[in-house]
Amino acid sequence: MAHRKPTKYPDMFHLITPSKRLNVLSKDPFVAEGRLAMPYRYFPGPVATRFFVELRDNKRIMGIKCPDCGTVYVPVETTCGKCFVKTEEWIEVGNEGVLESYTATHYTIPVQPTPAPVIYGLIKLDGADTDLLHLLGEVDPQVLRVGTRMEAVFREKREGNILDIEYFRPAGNH
Amino acid sequence: MARRVGIIGAAQTKYGRKPEMHLQDVAFEAVQKVLQKTGLKFTEDGSGIDATISCSQDHWDGWTISSKNVVNGGGGHLRPEEKVAEDGAYALYYAALCILGGHYDCILVVAHTKESQVDGRLIENSGLEPLYTRMLGLDFTSCAALQAKQYMHTYGISHEQCARVVIKNRGNAMHNPCAQAPEILTVDNVLGSPVLSEPIRLLDAKPTSDGACALIIGTEEKAKKWTDKPVWIEGLGCSYDRHYPGYRDLTDPLSLKEAARQAYGMAGISNPRGEIDLVELSEYYSFQELLWSEGLGLCEPGQGGRLIESGATQIGGEIPINPSGGLLSGIPVNVAGLNRAAEAAIQLKGEAGGRQVDGARTAVIHGAGGVCGQMHCVISVRREP
Repeated sequence: MAHRKPTKYPDMFHLITPSKRLNVLSKDPFVAEGRLAMPYRYFPGPVATRFFVELRDNKRIMGIKCPDCGTVYVPVETTCGKCFVKTEEWIEVGNEGVLESYTATHYTIPVQPTPAPVIYGLIKLDGADTDLLHLLGEVDPQVLRVGTRMEAVFREKREGNILDIEYFRPAGNH
Repeated sequence: MARRVGIIGAAQTKYGRKPEMHLQDVAFEAVQKVLQKTGLKFTEDGSGIDATISCSQDHWDGWTISSKNVVNGGGGHLRPEEKVAEDGAYALYYAALCILGGHYDCILVVAHTKESQVDGRLIENSGLEPLYTRMLGLDFTSCAALQAKQYMHTYGISHEQCARVVIKNRGNAMHNPCAQAPEILTVDNVLGSPVLSEPIRLLDAKPTSDGACALIIGTEEKAKKWTDKPVWIEGLGCSYDRHYPGYRDLTDPLSLKEAARQAYGMAGISNPRGEIDLVELSEYYSFQELLWSEGLGLCEPGQGGRLIESGATQIGGEIPINPSGGLLSGIPVNVAGLNRAAEAAIQLKGEAGGRQVDGARTAVIHGAGGVCGQMHCVISVRREP
């Protein structure tokens, strides 16, 4: 299947196009082709905003710490669900970490940011207590192992979103 | 429980792609069947069904407030109808609470979904939190693959052990007239099927499915009056974990353990493996049957692979899991948990035919929802000797 690069999440309007197959004499079931998509503005709030601004302006990955249990969340979260308190303390975590899991996805859906196979990983960054879910690149998935050290590769042109990190690649081989 | 809630009857459509049917008609078919089976009607005077609780999901149905366009098929015309937008097990959970609370005496629970109307992977992508995960193009299968990899790595679970789940469940479905994809498979069939997202292959995932399931439940008095084989709901539990998969230890299903703790506590179950006769659980992917078995306390953490290898989970084994064929034999999302309940009730009523677990008196119903099993619902049921 040809790869379609999504520039944005698909536009939206409820559009029902009568199928060309609509024909009372047809043995095929009638189909009303529709599309669900709509522009939507998600407001990240001040905490996630700072996380994205740090990625965009400083190529830094920030975590936030729970004052009660000490968990350092990456990506950042305003509330520690376990302790039911606000997270407050900002901590810069490393741009490197350990691969906790990975997969190569072989099918194509139009929302994927790169052509299939798309390689995903869970990376525990140095200083973080949670795993960051992201794309992996510059690597053959067959040689990946749980425990491989990975490093973030930032995009040249950054827009203040999670894809400002282009992907993670094995650390130190470059 | 102070009062008892009984399952009076259950019915299902045959599962499979239904391009010729409108959503409402799919629900209607299951509801009509359960009315015929039980002889009950929708009434206002307490002589029949008091209310409908449905389960479906807006994105899957393609419009907001999904139940509004299928309300007639669920008997909701000018009557009380409420929707639970989670797995069908949650709808049953909520319906049982409505009866325990004394508001209704008899409720129809119906779940429907036509997965074939849309690319489900896009629905799953839209179900992910937008800032950190959705933009990466993930869906539930790619996320489940990360969970599978971590689980298999941590505990040395082999792909062959996961394949045995597929073989067992699709084989059990040979005896289930409602099943979509009964098939005798081999390990080579499973391991040789196309890769979706490593390590998950095509046969490790449930097929695209359409269908509906309907259950009627009532107070103890009504259940005893309207069926000679009531199945009693004895334990109920549900629990949510964090949404973002990276915040969880994906190899340790805490929300399932918590839901099971609640349900077992209510039902007085202290040794689930010894006290439960069969389990109908929600394995969206083969490895999840092993992981959920651990979460349900049927074996120690990491022993799910050995459990399937031992043969204990086959029909005739010590603790049969998914004698119906499970989700891998083709059950739509949303319907999944209610289908587990229907199958458990059919077993305890002794009406399961070739898939019957001999002498089954107690069963556990498990529904799951969300990415990598974020939320779980556990319901334990029992019949009288």
